[in-house]
Amino acid sequence: MKRVLGDIFSWRFALLLFAGLIVIYPLLWVVSLAFSGQQALQLVALPEGAGFWQQLAALVPLPQQWSLDNFRAVLTEQPFMRWLGNSLVVALSTTVVGLCLSCTAAYAFSRFRFPGRERGLMLFLISQMFPAVLMLIPLYVIVVQWLGLGNTWLGLVLVYAITALPFCVWMLKGYFDTLPYEIEESALLEGASRFTIFYRIILPLARPAIAVTALFSFMTAWNEFILASIFMDDESRYTVPVGLRFFVSDYASEWGFFAAGSILVSIPVILLFLALQRFLVSGLSAGAVKG
Amino acid sequence: MASIEFKRVEKRYADNPPTVPGLDLHIRDGEFMVLVGPSGCGKSTTLRMIAGLESVTSGELWIGDRLVNELQPAARDVAMVFQNYALYPHMTVFDNMAFGLRVRKQPASLIKSKVEQAADTLGLADLLARKPGQLSGGQCQRVALGRAIVRDPQVFLFDEPLSNLDAELRVQMRGNIGRLHREFATTSVYVTHDQVEAMTLGSRIAILNRGELMQVGTPMELYNDPDNVFVAGFMGSPPMNIVPVQNRGAGLKNALLDLPRADLGGLAGELLLGIRPEKLHPAAGSPDHWPRLRAKVEMVETLGAEMLVHLGDGSERMIARLPGLQLLTPGQTLELALDPDAIYLFDRHSRQRIRTVQPVAVAEAVPCT
Repeated sequence: MKRVLGDIFSWRFALLLFAGLIVIYPLLWVVSLAFSGQQALQLVALPEGAGFWQQLAALVPLPQQWSLDNFRAVLTEQPFMRWLGNSLVVALSTTVVGLCLSCTAAYAFSRFRFPGRERGLMLFLISQMFPAVLMLIPLYVIVVQWLGLGNTWLGLVLVYAITALPFCVWMLKGYFDTLPYEIEESALLEGASRFTIFYRIILPLARPAIAVTALFSFMTAWNEFILASIFMDDESRYTVPVGLRFFVSDYASEWGFFAAGSILVSIPVILLFLALQRFLVSGLSAGAVKG
Repeated sequence: MASIEFKRVEKRYADNPPTVPGLDLHIRDGEFMVLVGPSGCGKSTTLRMIAGLESVTSGELWIGDRLVNELQPAARDVAMVFQNYALYPHMTVFDNMAFGLRVRKQPASLIKSKVEQAADTLGLADLLARKPGQLSGGQCQRVALGRAIVRDPQVFLFDEPLSNLDAELRVQMRGNIGRLHREFATTSVYVTHDQVEAMTLGSRIAILNRGELMQVGTPMELYNDPDNVFVAGFMGSPPMNIVPVQNRGAGLKNALLDLPRADLGGLAGELLLGIRPEKLHPAAGSPDHWPRLRAKVEMVETLGAEMLVHLGDGSERMIARLPGLQLLTPGQTLELALDPDAIYLFDRHSRQRIRTVQPVAVAEAVPCT
């Protein structure tokens, strides 16, 4: 008990609490705004000579009345559902394309020795060292002007899948490296082809890593704003982050819709995380080999 | 079933010295050949070349009547049992054993009957629905054996399959493997660094050192008739006593031994003398003409029925395996007799056995004082 109390009143705890507040406070604003039914939160008018606790209470954002109006309006009066659909198509396709590319590439990097292997891996790493914004103009030129894929889902999917590739390949290669090679040699002797081994042995064993990679790919595509806002001109093709921006622009300030939309956007990610959670627990390869 | 033939087979990685520098070895059809040697002697590489998991740099490797140098592992019709089992952890025992047959598109009914038959043979029938993670080490290794058996291959390859098991299980599994070989009589190649495994399992043993083949023969041939110091020292536990002796033309001597009238037929050069620990007998009760040695007892390891007596006199050391009846204390002087039929001589430089001279007749009638 003494130890617990000591922990609670330690400077570490205070630091964590402070950091936690910094993260949570803006979220509180978003939540209360979304559920206020209004487009802006009123700041509480403080009486003259308010005490410390009154001032503190005024800082806590709470709507004057709870309402689901903002959600209703976002879902019915605005093209939000369409954007959500667009985002889902783009993010799921990115995940599938990204996984197909990165699993096969990572397997090759992990298991085969070929000229350029080391350099290829290094190049992947180097590409991660530059800020993504640097690629904005070249990507625009390549995707919109050369390939003519502006305003299409395919363009976005390609760009997302490929920009996420270096991270995914490194992540998966690291995991493939931990899988004992004897398993594959054994399968090879039993007559399995390389593809059979990859598909029936390596992929099932790498599920934890694939789950993490899938989550990462999905979230990259789901949350991305800058590229989507540049490639997509047609409002009916907006992804959610781009659409949300138009609630709050030079001509509108529908902060309530923005907040409600933001909460709705995070639901699929949370669901996906929960669904994949059990795969995130590794240890599947336990019992494969000993030694 | 098939024989395996190595013809000047060399294995070399990049520009390094060869791991296996030109191996000639014939493994007969149905034989249980054990490749044995210390770590890094090239025995696993040799086995993996048979499997096709390592390429052959030069020379010819034949399995049966097929030259397999360029043949893919799957096409060689061999099954391998790995040291770390290499089971597929996400599949059940049944699926593990059925994998190879399924890949080869065998009918489901045949797969089922073959797997169940193998499971019965190996006592795995109750474990078919389990996954490797739920099995003990011994059970895992039996599944690995089962996986090899169901394929009914031409050759079985074993890569130190028992190294990960505890002593008791190892003895049990050794029995299992021996029994399976008698039952199926499939050509088997077994790699180990454990000479007890080699002696108990092998129809013949090939001893390797630094990639070179030291000697091939039945366990008893290697034990009783070693070609060189390496084989003499490798087989047997404790190993053969090998001590340098001064060659005085007529007679051999060192700190422990004196064979004054050993006639070496004009053999010049420095020699090594070898004698197995069990060929040193208590002097009392030994024939009078056997040469004697007197040495101080350094340490006694009592094993019950017998004891290992470490004898030492300054630079020279020997071990004697004596009946465990006597009471010996370190420091006391012991007189032992050497069985003259069991004395081996080796050249100290080439470390090869010298067969032209037998110090047996020599030592005869010359009791050492």
